[in-house]
Amino acid sequence: MTGPLLSVRDLRVEFATRKGPLVALDGVSFDIAPGEVLGVVGESGAGKSLTGLAVIGLLDPPGHIAGGEIRLDGERIDDLPPARMRLIRGRRIGIVFQDPLTSLNPLMRVGDQLTETILAHKPLGRRQAREQAIAWLGEVGIPSPEKRIDGYPHEFSGGMRQRVVIALALCAEPQLVIADEPTTALDVSVQAQIISLLKNLTRRHGVAVMLITHDMGVIAETADRVAVMYAGSIVEVGEVHELVRNPLHPYTQGLMAAIPTLAVRARRLAQIPGAVPRLSAIPRGCAFAPRCPRVFERCAERPPLIVVGERGAACWLYDRASAAADVRN
Amino acid sequence: MSETTAPPDGASEPDRTFVGRLRNNDLLASFLASKVTVAAGIVTVILFAAALLAPWIAPTDPFNPATNYLSDSLDPPSFVAGGDSRFLLGTDDQGRDLMSAILYGLRVSLAIGLCSVALGAAIGVSLGLIAGYAGGWTDSAIMRVADVQLTFPAILIALLLDGVAHALLKPANRDESAFAVLVLSIGLSFWVQYARTVRASTMVEKNRDYVLAARLIGLSHTRILFSHILPNVMGPVLVIATINLALAIITEATLSFLGVGLPPTQPSLGTLIRIGQNYLFSGEWWIVTFPSLTLAALVLAVNLLGDWLRDALNPRLK
Amino acid sequence: MKAADAIVEVRGLSRVFDVSGPWVSRLIGRERRRTLTAVDGLDFAIYRGETFGLVGESGSGKSTLARMVVGLLGPSQGQVLIDGVDLARTNNRTARRTVRRHMQMIFQDPFASLNPRWRVGDIIAEPICAFPARETGAHSLGKRAIAGRVDELLELVGLHPADAPKFPHEFSGGQRQRIAIARAIAAHPDFIVCDEPTSALDVSIQAQILNLMRDLQERLGLTYLLITHNLAVVRFMATRVGVMYLGRLVEIGDTDALFARPRHPYTRMLLDAVPDLSMSGSPRTPVAGEPPNPIDPPPGCPFHPRCPQAIAICKSERPAFRDNVACHLAHDG
Repeated sequence: MTGPLLSVRDLRVEFATRKGPLVALDGVSFDIAPGEVLGVVGESGAGKSLTGLAVIGLLDPPGHIAGGEIRLDGERIDDLPPARMRLIRGRRIGIVFQDPLTSLNPLMRVGDQLTETILAHKPLGRRQAREQAIAWLGEVGIPSPEKRIDGYPHEFSGGMRQRVVIALALCAEPQLVIADEPTTALDVSVQAQIISLLKNLTRRHGVAVMLITHDMGVIAETADRVAVMYAGSIVEVGEVHELVRNPLHPYTQGLMAAIPTLAVRARRLAQIPGAVPRLSAIPRGCAFAPRCPRVFERCAERPPLIVVGERGAACWLYDRASAAADVRN
Repeated sequence: MSETTAPPDGASEPDRTFVGRLRNNDLLASFLASKVTVAAGIVTVILFAAALLAPWIAPTDPFNPATNYLSDSLDPPSFVAGGDSRFLLGTDDQGRDLMSAILYGLRVSLAIGLCSVALGAAIGVSLGLIAGYAGGWTDSAIMRVADVQLTFPAILIALLLDGVAHALLKPANRDESAFAVLVLSIGLSFWVQYARTVRASTMVEKNRDYVLAARLIGLSHTRILFSHILPNVMGPVLVIATINLALAIITEATLSFLGVGLPPTQPSLGTLIRIGQNYLFSGEWWIVTFPSLTLAALVLAVNLLGDWLRDALNPRLK
Repeated sequence: MKAADAIVEVRGLSRVFDVSGPWVSRLIGRERRRTLTAVDGLDFAIYRGETFGLVGESGSGKSTLARMVVGLLGPSQGQVLIDGVDLARTNNRTARRTVRRHMQMIFQDPFASLNPRWRVGDIIAEPICAFPARETGAHSLGKRAIAGRVDELLELVGLHPADAPKFPHEFSGGQRQRIAIARAIAAHPDFIVCDEPTSALDVSIQAQILNLMRDLQERLGLTYLLITHNLAVVRFMATRVGVMYLGRLVEIGDTDALFARPRHPYTRMLLDAVPDLSMSGSPRTPVAGEPPNPIDPPPGCPFHPRCPQAIAICKSERPAFRDNVACHLAHDG
């Protein structure tokens, strides 16, 4: 298959307020190849969840897509009428949200929710759908699935519920799964299980994943490539291990240095001064400039995503034409 | 390294001047957005002002027997044939100028309304706080009393309390204490709604970390209840109080109409309506009409304001 | 470390909650009383000047323990001694006041730990007003002196005196946690319990707050009890670590030793499970099962259903906490 599975170009999301439009996503562009796991990482307010919601068409008003395009397998999906978008959602794009408690209908049996989803998207009879549901429960690691299929969500533990949610996302055999903080609400030991489950299942079924999280460790375990977001735009993108070992953008560098690790007891954690700007107060030019240790005059102008080998960084330091260019750090 | 609240370049510090805060105020914006609410607000202000300034703007003092002449009684309004230009809205059976009587009646009605709402709120909020914070038997006891009271219509409770008070007082004192008795009866019949709302909010707030932080320092329960929790549960109380005001005024009018409220010597709007009702079918329509219109306008305006306030303060509707 | 240097001593501490249904339904349904043992026989000490990290997942009982240590919850059995005083049992008012003055807490949620209707300056000043004697020896402090102290505290935590008249909602999460820290140190405590202080914060803000906490510890000679599920944070902050599982302590040790050579299988499993940047790409042992329900704990060692090294005795006999670890295998081997 040629061409990317998901292609987002110059996506712009705005919120209409009394005082004028508030730009939440400003020119976000990225691709996801078939079967690839793209991690989207950033802190709160960076716009990563919004990006996911925009792709599946679940933006709550007053938020709306104000520009750019989103293409799935070459066709545009950002301007579809709600009825057609509903068909795509679930059938071709699956969703895993953070809170398994609210992702499942507490009044419906787990088996019924699965069967209903399968029936909605595939031409099967009811009994076949139920058998497939049992098979899926087994695949996500729920013991004795034929007995537990008739249980209600509250009868499952948090980790088990999240496994059910993953089964729900995958049962219609989508091409892409968008997972928004799938392990944040879970305990550490369960997190590891869910991450490995997600990775193995998607690899086995050839499903691409857009993994949205603030946890760089999870990304390092699971993703092939990663996009780092800050204040509504992507500041760096690249292959995950390279990015972790050798971050290019000063924000990514600061972020990596600020994360405490298990390896050695640091004297002091490197910290980025200041805080993420509020949506209404994003500075002109490079959004990170006020906090950047390597800011210079060119930074008054917004940098585009500059190609650096196989990677990209939205930073004038990597523009060969810049006077004070310092490509290697 | 200092991390102040100063915003990065390109942003503007929120305008902290009074006019600036008014302009940015969401509540004010939502008030001005609805014409109905603005109209209701204007009517309320006019009526409140009229009531407050009654002694100065009323053409005559309707309760001074010296200035009332029975010969003037039952005069129609001045804009109708047969009317006397001295009496804009006509006179009642005692020769009192109806306009003045309405102004004074409005004053009394509002006074009773406001006082009984204040009393009901004070009792209800306090009991709600105590019930929500203490839990256990105290909570159950208070809530059972509330439940029992809710099975009776407020009017009946007010009637009951009114009757008990009248029985206890000597006939000579009844007229003078009518005001206090009414405030007590109406106030006591309305405390339950406050108590329930405040209790629910208190139960949520008492487990929040800032209350735990206060308990950690060893503050007394009373201090925590009134300094920390009370400010956070007052929001819905304002809405209830506004709508309750309308209800209190109507209740007082009903009680006076039934003859167990204020005496004819200090008539409220309700008393005036009662007096006027007797004359309705004999042709003197103005004695009941104008007080009724005033009462209706007041209650409607206050109710609309209460509706707006409830919607404006509801975070979920935003 | 001599025992005399211990600021906090926990002895045989247990806390049981009654989670049975209402009395009437129990009577009709003939159900037994059900109890939840949140904390089960804890024994440890925290020494002056150190940071004791307590790690555990949900159901481990660490939050209940935190509340018992600061006196917000009484023990069902055992004692908590702060500076030798048993807060739950002593009736001596002066002793109680002294203990409360020495001890403070920082909470997890920066949005809930500050009263939204109070100004920041008043929030920080509250402990000062509650315990004035320590400041000047006099019983009440003038308004200007208090305002001065509030300004001093604001600057100490990296904020500005101009922030005092503002309300909490005008600040970000990280700034609110700084305000919470300012409030915690306002009355000159010796010991601060930090319950997941950075779990609700972004990574870059977490770094700022953790650095601030360590700086303050050095400047003011504080002792911390740091409760968290984040092992990397514990690695950075703590000098000694205790690992809790289902209400019991399974291992205690110096941080470096515990991370390098974990002795209890649960500790090993936890360390393996953390998705850590420095260790990504290396092979991991797979993890099994989930934290069990504290109402119905497994018999014997509570970890045995998930333990890759469980032997027969683990299923029947609960291992005692001896030699800083609660594991049959570690005791023998």
